[in-house]
Amino acid sequence: MRFAPTAQQVELATAVRELLADACPPETVRAAWGSEGEKARVDLWRQLADLGLLGAVLPEADGGLGLTEVDLVPLMVEVGRAAVPLPVAETVAVLVPLLAGRPGDGDDLTGLVTGNLVGTAELAGSGVLPWAGCSDRALVRSGSELRLVDLTGVPLELVTTVDGSRAAARTPQLPGTLLSTDPADLERAWLRGALATAAQLVGLVHRQLDLAVAHAAARKQFGVPIGSQQAVKHMLADVLLDVRFALPVVQRAAVSLAAGAPEARAHVAAAKAMASRAADRAARTTIQAHGAIGYTVEYDLHLYVKRAWALADTWGSETHSRAVVADSLGLPPAVDPSVLPWEAAR
Amino acid sequence: MDLTWSPAEEAFRAEARGWLEANVPRGLPSGDTREGFTAHLEWERKLFADRWAVVSWPERYGGRDASLWEWLIFEEEYYRAGAPQRVTQNGIFLLAPTVFEFGTAEQQDEILPRMAAAEQLWGQGWSEPGAGSDLAAISSRADKVDGGWRINGQKTWTTRGAFCTHLFGLFRTDPEASRHAGLTYLLVPLDTPGVTVRGFGRLDGDEGFAEVFFDDVVVPDSAVLGGVGQGWSVAMATTGSERGLTLRSPGRFLAAAERLRRLAVERAGSLTASARDGVVEAHLRAEAYQLFTLAQVTDLVEGRTPGAESSLNKLYWSELDIALHETALELLGPEAELDGPWSRGHMFSLSGPIYAGTNEIQRSIVAERLLGLPRR
Repeated sequence: MRFAPTAQQVELATAVRELLADACPPETVRAAWGSEGEKARVDLWRQLADLGLLGAVLPEADGGLGLTEVDLVPLMVEVGRAAVPLPVAETVAVLVPLLAGRPGDGDDLTGLVTGNLVGTAELAGSGVLPWAGCSDRALVRSGSELRLVDLTGVPLELVTTVDGSRAAARTPQLPGTLLSTDPADLERAWLRGALATAAQLVGLVHRQLDLAVAHAAARKQFGVPIGSQQAVKHMLADVLLDVRFALPVVQRAAVSLAAGAPEARAHVAAAKAMASRAADRAARTTIQAHGAIGYTVEYDLHLYVKRAWALADTWGSETHSRAVVADSLGLPPAVDPSVLPWEAAR
Repeated sequence: MDLTWSPAEEAFRAEARGWLEANVPRGLPSGDTREGFTAHLEWERKLFADRWAVVSWPERYGGRDASLWEWLIFEEEYYRAGAPQRVTQNGIFLLAPTVFEFGTAEQQDEILPRMAAAEQLWGQGWSEPGAGSDLAAISSRADKVDGGWRINGQKTWTTRGAFCTHLFGLFRTDPEASRHAGLTYLLVPLDTPGVTVRGFGRLDGDEGFAEVFFDDVVVPDSAVLGGVGQGWSVAMATTGSERGLTLRSPGRFLAAAERLRRLAVERAGSLTASARDGVVEAHLRAEAYQLFTLAQVTDLVEGRTPGAESSLNKLYWSELDIALHETALELLGPEAELDGPWSRGHMFSLSGPIYAGTNEIQRSIVAERLLGLPRR
């Protein structure tokens, strides 16, 4: 038993954190909201490739770092903390491990890990493909089949999103080439995406909290910092409480998924449920703690709040995730509470 | 990240589980009544006889020198087996860590074996009518006399005080010093002349509380734990234990979440969507608390001390406990008003956010010490 990241995992996460502090400050996220941010996105993707992050899950013999889901969690926390406006999780945690096991797709795999290609993924079948506008490949689902779409030359109907950096498009039906008909591949890809999303949400909560704490310590009203008032202190303490108890659940999900344990499905759902709730509550609380400035787009908080909103409901909403946990507990279906007692007897 | 137990730890678990299955008594009355307390003492003495009372203590005091990991395993098995509440807990979990850290060799040899054997039964004498959350406001005083201290004043909310034999408490020994500096930690046998103990009912009606009056009670110099005027820092060493791991091990909440799950399955006919979600919530939070604790014990084992983090534990387990019981009451419907383990558990859960430092105090600690927000 040793439930803590290894020194190596901490070191790698620190390296990613430092790189992103430089390469993905709020200005970069903000720039990605408009078309003038495209160059910044390309540069950032290149830097992530140079760091070895994009192919990190490949074996060392194939030029990767041999990372598992467990190693990816602290890295995805950092990607979330910086609100990187690119499908890092989709490429690193979903696409690359899927393609790595398939000899025939070498060119796409090489393109993704070297940073020449950007890959996104959407498996819920919502018809909205996040990051479509800045991606070259997309992993999609058709029924229970996994398909890889070459987005080059495909006319995309970009849609306006609350998080303006998401570059999402409406994609009714994309043809693509068949990657797998194995439901196990599909489930594993889904769980990897959900786990990476939960980890990003943890990072996003910490970023929102850092902003709120800095603001509450500096902003004075009635002659004192607002953060010295118990009402403000206590609501921010609750944000920390949520996220500190969500992280170990996310870490455990990674351990189960990496081990191929049968509990992985329930553990990933637990992770996503906890992280989504923590993120939704953090968003609401940190806006409130900022007061009016939190309700503007001039201040940076909204960049992180809006990413959290987007991620909280993708790769399995909180409600879906909790229902998966309920099933794993063997709970009977819910009854209709509106019927009167004598009617319920039938 | 390794979530597996070693063969030695698995063997320890098997031994604990086997012993508990063979020995756990069923249907004890509440340990917060006089009759129930006596029944619980028999259980405590059985635990001690087979060296399960204080597994993490040194062997010479009746323990097994168990590691923190083994202690967690034992606690999991203890609650999994549905074993009785520990009526000795204020001694073995609150006072003992302080005696290990600050006690003289004589105090350790005198107190620890008797405490483990449930011969000395310790109550906590901190709160006073005028000093609850503001603990440093205590006014009960101890004045220096030849060879000892003379105590006058009153303590209250002392858990199971009416059934205890001893009290550990904070007393003002230097009224001239600043609030925190003038306090001393004293150990007082409750049969000392001048001590009057009056039990009274908690929310559930059991005589689980007591107030303790001191009228010219004289204790010897050897009653001082950790030095005259050092009471505040000595006491704060115990609060870490009280809020954090030692009083509320994850095993307790995992077992409660599992009982709730079984209740929901039994009561499928009243399982509304909200009650179903409440069961999920209890399960998620009990597991989150367990995992948080595993990370915390890893830190402790590797020499990183949690400090103010124990406030996070306290906030989490206390609020999880209430939510869990509220869901149980929802499932029970009209039967929720019947006296029974769930209704009692619900009332008891409401004490969680109050004792060991109210959750309002804990949230301020979290905000100031973990987030770095300014003090007023």
